[in-house]
Amino acid sequence: MRARVLVRPKQGILDPQGVAVERALPALGFQGVTEVRIGRLVELEIKDPAQLEQISAQLLANPLIEDFEIELLEDAPAA
Amino acid sequence: MARMSEQLPELQEAIALGLTEAEYELVCEKQGGAPNQVELAMYSLLWSEHCAYKHSKKLLATLPTEGPAVVMGPGENAGAVDVGDGLICAFKVESHNHPSAVEPFQGAATGVGGILRDIFAIGARPIAVLDSLRFGEIEESERSRYLLEHAVAGIGHYGNSIGVPTVGGEVYFEGPYEQNCLVNAMALGLGPREQLMRSAAAGVGNVVLIYGASTGRDGIGGASVLASAELGEADDDKRPTVQVGDPFEEKKLMECSLELLELGLIVSLQDLGAAGLTSSACEMASKGEVGIDIDVRKVPLREADMEPFEIMVSESQERMLCVIEPSDVDAVRAICDKWEVSSAAIGEVTDTRLMRIYSGDELVGQMPVEALVDDCPIYDLAPQQPSQPIYPPPAARLDGAESLGETLLALVGSPNVASRRPLFEQYDPIVQSRTVRRPEQADAAVLALANGTALAVSIDGNGRRVAADPYRGTLSVVLECASNLACVGAHPLGTTNNLNFGNPEKPHVAWQLTEAVRAIADACTALEAPIVGGNVSLYNEGASGPIYPTPVIGMVGLLPDVTRAGRLGFTEEGEAIALVGQFKPSLAASELSKLRGEQLPDQLEEVDIESVIEVQDAVRGAVREGLINSAHDVAEGGIATALAESALAGSIGAAVELDPAGDSWQACFGEAPGGFICCGHAAALAQLAERTSVTVIGKVGGDRLEIDLGSEKIDLTLGELRERHRALEAVFQ
Amino acid sequence: MKTGILRFPGSCDELDAQLAAALVGETVLLWHGDRDLQDVDAVIVPGGFSYGDYLRAGAIARFSPVMESVIEFAGDGGLVLGICNGFQVLCEAGLLPGALLPNANRRFTFRQVELEVVEGGTKFTSACPPGELLSIPAKHGSGRFYADEATLSELEEGGQVVVRYLPGQNFNGSLRDIAGVRNAAGNVFGLMPHPEHAVDALTGSTDGLRIFESMRSAVDGAHV
Repeated sequence: MRARVLVRPKQGILDPQGVAVERALPALGFQGVTEVRIGRLVELEIKDPAQLEQISAQLLANPLIEDFEIELLEDAPAA
Repeated sequence: MARMSEQLPELQEAIALGLTEAEYELVCEKQGGAPNQVELAMYSLLWSEHCAYKHSKKLLATLPTEGPAVVMGPGENAGAVDVGDGLICAFKVESHNHPSAVEPFQGAATGVGGILRDIFAIGARPIAVLDSLRFGEIEESERSRYLLEHAVAGIGHYGNSIGVPTVGGEVYFEGPYEQNCLVNAMALGLGPREQLMRSAAAGVGNVVLIYGASTGRDGIGGASVLASAELGEADDDKRPTVQVGDPFEEKKLMECSLELLELGLIVSLQDLGAAGLTSSACEMASKGEVGIDIDVRKVPLREADMEPFEIMVSESQERMLCVIEPSDVDAVRAICDKWEVSSAAIGEVTDTRLMRIYSGDELVGQMPVEALVDDCPIYDLAPQQPSQPIYPPPAARLDGAESLGETLLALVGSPNVASRRPLFEQYDPIVQSRTVRRPEQADAAVLALANGTALAVSIDGNGRRVAADPYRGTLSVVLECASNLACVGAHPLGTTNNLNFGNPEKPHVAWQLTEAVRAIADACTALEAPIVGGNVSLYNEGASGPIYPTPVIGMVGLLPDVTRAGRLGFTEEGEAIALVGQFKPSLAASELSKLRGEQLPDQLEEVDIESVIEVQDAVRGAVREGLINSAHDVAEGGIATALAESALAGSIGAAVELDPAGDSWQACFGEAPGGFICCGHAAALAQLAERTSVTVIGKVGGDRLEIDLGSEKIDLTLGELRERHRALEAVFQ
Repeated sequence: MKTGILRFPGSCDELDAQLAAALVGETVLLWHGDRDLQDVDAVIVPGGFSYGDYLRAGAIARFSPVMESVIEFAGDGGLVLGICNGFQVLCEAGLLPGALLPNANRRFTFRQVELEVVEGGTKFTSACPPGELLSIPAKHGSGRFYADEATLSELEEGGQVVVRYLPGQNFNGSLRDIAGVRNAAGNVFGLMPHPEHAVDALTGSTDGLRIFESMRSAVDGAHV
């Protein structure tokens, strides 16, 4: 089935990319945006979704500095 | 040829692809009928300005290309000179101007990728990169700041990741580059002479093999088409055709290629760049006077359903094409597998003198190689000196009320003079452990060779001086490059050039181009530094007119003793400072003149080439003998700026006297070729005075820069100068 | 002393590390796919961009066959030096505490930095004269050292912070100006600046040589 793993920097860790985006928004006319964090999206097809937790913790994310979230997606209907 | 049900493209498609009506008619004649889609795509690319050099080929033939050190001249992927002990140094400069204006990060990155491939395609390991950039006025234009920031990031990203140090470069900011930025990348490589590889396909029956990244739709109709047209309004449409580079892929590709070459498995090698498989395969066939059959179905693809013409035209990066003997296919593929690089045999060398493109068993395109490569029409230029100024004067930044000191501060802080540290700190200058002089330590980069000698390299191209006077301005560009080499103790071995100009079909641009090439020929002949290769980028113009004519010159030299490599900074308290050379400063087209908002003059002062070369020889000799402790070429901003730069580099002040000679401004800030600021012991400078013109002007010491002109004086602290010298930091905050 | 220098697809400074290590003994390059460490006394995990820094710097290299052997070698007390990307690989492999994050200034930066030797008694710093600073070039885009507060205190109290950037020299935002750390057992050391690029007066400072000399002493001492 299709799955998605969202990886983002942990709270409390400086994310300079997020800060840069946050600072750029007012100049474009957007107010009221804070706490921008920039992470990574990994999409994959997997036969055994139970393995995702381990795959994410061992490779896709570094648990020391990143959090991750697993999303299992409905299989797309056959074409 | 056409297939039964195929609709043949018509004249209007040909025109949309960049061919003129006359060119299209000629194609039909060569093909014996209207070309099909695959054939038209291939002709349109190979007959584009970028690939065929239609407007510059005749002119380039007038350049000097032979010399005792030349091992490989123009016509191959790069040129090469002998550097002793059986080693050659390969080098070349290339441009990626139009893609960088559209997507500066990837445009600059893939520019670096492309020139690196040209170096290892001839069998040399890349050992250094330099970049020459031009943008509009960053103090006025956010767009130019954006382009600068992202182009620098792109160059750093690619060069650093692949483990090749970026050791030098230059950048200028001028209004005429606002719509058409320039990104020229130069690379050097080192290798054994026996490993030098040519690109002519050879051996009927030999296998044509592609290796590297898979082929996708990157840059379809990209570089070649963009490079043959002036940039217009809707450039966002061009974004999807910009190539995306992957330096990791190229690192693997490079190591794989060098190993294949070392093992002697390659018959001929070509990199895939602008116009992809089309130009690489056709040029290999043309040089080898053979034919090549290609089956596009065998090319590893990254996207499904690619049409044959797309596969032939794709500019996906990080791919190489080689010709190998059939018995070596397994060995070659095994090396590719080791480096995790994909490979596939896609064709064969034939004796048909035809390019035949197959899709499986179906023949989808057939063209005579000669027609594609050799028969492209070459055009004559119709040069005519303009009767009116072409370029508007720049905005004034000085109002004329400033003192000499305030003017020097303004110059030191002007974008064309200020420290480039914020740029070069984004590059790795030391990987490969050869770098003896890093950026800002000397006028040229110096790279140690194993036998105690060293290579020196500089890249230069002041376009404003060329705009004022294409012939004399270009002479001073070439001479400046050689002067930079002299300052580190190197003599020139060879030269590469990238001609960046506007639309050559316009008579005034044709005149600029013709005069510039004439000057390159004269200067390189006098310097005994022949052209070993280069690149031409034309049509750099927009609605507001052409860029400054910008012949970028890269020169490589050799010094016999690496431990004597020169520096530009003042060294010790008490040392004497001298102005060396018959320096005749002039404010015409100078940086001060620009800050004053002046119109370009319609000519520059005459240049005495022989006299400049004589001074270069003397300076070079003095550096080699260890006679002087610093040597710095006087360039933008004149003597006062050169003194400030040497003081800042050495973190030590100076007190000098200058003869105003009736015009203090000219004395302090006037520019001309053949002037050097050197420091050393008084006795040493006296020795140098026996060989060339030397005027001792003062002493090193303290923490101020004092320039005394009698009735006027400049007196600034190093702190004040340093503060202004850091001006470019603001762009990279 | 025989030093093995690892080589991954994308490694850039492995030959530079080999040149430096050759000043203190024999050297051999160890291919990433090969588990055989060829009886080396010390391993260097070099700088560069292994696997293009894909996913995270060092994240893929740490799973290579050669790294499996290095982890075992380190567990047995073998000497391991990680430089720049090598430091990143060692942190990802869990052989060193903490992680290296993208520079706070968001840019790859090259700069000659001054380092304070905080722990002069380690196997990698014994040859550094007490109180002497090391001038060493740093060049990286992801060198910001991070560990949580508890770990940081543990490292400092346990003498595991080996080198620190001098005030004003920390351009990447490393917490507590940490430039390099060792493991608790003291046989594994990682740092972001490149000592292998500071061993030849012709190309810069020679302060980096101290680190290689220290390693040689440690190996010679172990052989006694």
